[in-house]
Amino acid sequence: MIKLNTLVVDDELGMRLSVKRALSKFVMQLPDVDDEIGFDVDVAETGEEALDKIKSNRPDILLLDYKLPGISGLDILEKVTSQESEMLSIMITAYASIETAVTAVKQGAFDFLAKPFTPDELKNTVSKAARRLILARQVKKLAQERRQVRFQFISVLGHELKSPLNSIDGYLDIMKQKKLGGDIASYEPMIDRCTVRIEGMRKLIMDLLDLTRIESGQKKRELKEIDIVEIANHTIETNLPLAEKRDITIENHASDPIYLNGDANEIEIICNNLISNAIKYNVDGGRVDVYINPADRQIEIAVADTGIGMSESEVAKLFNEFVRIKNDKTKAITGSGLGLAIVKKIALLYNGDVSVSSEPNVGSRFSVKLDSNLTK
Amino acid sequence: MDKNHSNKTLLVVDDDIDYLTQMKVNLIDAGFNVVTAEGQKKAEEYLEQNKPDLAILDLMMEEMDGGFALSYHIKKLDPSIPVIIVSAVNSEAGIEFDAVTKEERSWIKADAFLAKPVRFEQLVREINRLLNQ
Repeated sequence: MIKLNTLVVDDELGMRLSVKRALSKFVMQLPDVDDEIGFDVDVAETGEEALDKIKSNRPDILLLDYKLPGISGLDILEKVTSQESEMLSIMITAYASIETAVTAVKQGAFDFLAKPFTPDELKNTVSKAARRLILARQVKKLAQERRQVRFQFISVLGHELKSPLNSIDGYLDIMKQKKLGGDIASYEPMIDRCTVRIEGMRKLIMDLLDLTRIESGQKKRELKEIDIVEIANHTIETNLPLAEKRDITIENHASDPIYLNGDANEIEIICNNLISNAIKYNVDGGRVDVYINPADRQIEIAVADTGIGMSESEVAKLFNEFVRIKNDKTKAITGSGLGLAIVKKIALLYNGDVSVSSEPNVGSRFSVKLDSNLTK
Repeated sequence: MDKNHSNKTLLVVDDDIDYLTQMKVNLIDAGFNVVTAEGQKKAEEYLEQNKPDLAILDLMMEEMDGGFALSYHIKKLDPSIPVIIVSAVNSEAGIEFDAVTKEERSWIKADAFLAKPVRFEQLVREINRLLNQ
C-alpha cells in the first residue's frame, strides 16, 4: 500500500481527532495504480508545531486551518510553498468566503474545505489531492525512465562510434611507423579493413538519422497509394551487386502490383533492411525469397533466406537497439545494430508488427505485417 | 633494461579482429612471438596443446564474462602464466566494470588490468615487468 503522510493542523482537538479518525481508515484506489492508497495521519495544534513537523518530516498532504491562534494558516502556507516540493495543501476555513479561498489558492493551496464538513467531503477533497500527487509522481518516474533509456542509448552509441575510430587510428599508426616495412602492398589488408570500418560508421550514422526522424515524428510522411512490389523490385536491384558477389539468388515471388497506402521511403527502408540482412547473413550460393502477400486489411512482406539462422535466445533479443548477434558465424559481418529496431518502429507506425522464425544453419524468415489502408 | 624476451610467446585473445591484427603487428614489432585467438573457445583450443609465456585477454568477448572465465582457466592450467586483462569500461552490457579493488583482482586472478584503449608503451612495460618476475 502507498502511504501518504498527512498532517492536520487545527487548534480544535475535536477537529484534529475526527479528521485523523476519518483518514486513518480511508483506503482509496486509482485506475492504472496497482497499489491501494492509504493515509498516515499526524496532527499539530499550533502553527509553530506544524512548521516544526513540516521541517522534520515533510508531509505529502497538509490540511491547514485558516484561523490558528499564533502564526496563521496563510503565513504557514506562504512559508512552506515557497520551497521546492510536491506537497499539496488544503485550507480548512470556517468562513467559506470567496476571498479566503482565492487568497489561499494564490498562496499555493491546492484546494479548500469549508467548516463544517462531512467525512465524505473530507475524503473527497483529500482523494483529489492524492490523485494529483500520485499522478505527479508517475509523470516524474516516467520522465526519469525515459532519461535513463536515452542515456543508455547515447552511451552505447558513443561506444559504437568510437570503436571504428580506434580501429582506424590503430591501423594508421602502424602504417605511419612503417611496422611492416616500406612496401605499400603489405598494408593492403589494413587499408581494406579501414574502408570496411568507415563504411560501417557511415551506415550507422544513416540509420541513426532514420531512427531519429521516425522517433521524433518530424519526418514528413507522404501517405499515398504505392506499389510494394515495385519498391521491393527496386530494392532487390540495389542489393544485387552484394548478392552476386556471393552467388546468392534473389527472387521476388510477387509480380502483379500490390497497393498500400503509405510512405514510399518508409517501405523502402523496411525492404532494404530485410533484403540486405538476408544477403549478409546468408551462405555463399544461397537464396533469398521475397513474398508480398495481401490479406484482408493487412499486407505481409516476408523475406526468407537460406543463411546461418539463429537460436531461440538470439531471436528473443533481436529487435532491440544495438543488438547484434555475436557468434563465430557473424563476426565478419558488419552492421549498425539499428536496422531491425528501425523496421519494427516503422511497422508500428502502420499498426503492424515484425515476426521472425529461424533455425540455425537452415535460415530465417522475417515477416512484416502492415495495415494496408493507413489514413494518418 | 629488461631481459631479452624475444623468445617469449604471447597469447592475445579478443573478439575484435582489427584490435587483434594491430596487437599482433605491434607486439611482433616489439620483438615477441605472438599467437592470436578470436574468442574464448579458440583460446581454449590453443591452450590444450600449447603453453604461452603470457596471456593478454579482453574482458568482454562473445560471452559476457569470457575474459574472467579464460583467466580462471589459464591460472588453473598453470598459475605461473601471467595474465593481463584489458577492458573497455563497458556500458554495452549495461554494467560498468573496472577491476580496481583488491577483492575483484583476487577473484579474477589476473596479474594486471589495463583500460582500453591501451597505450602500447604501457602494455609493453607491463608485459616485460610480468615476464621478469
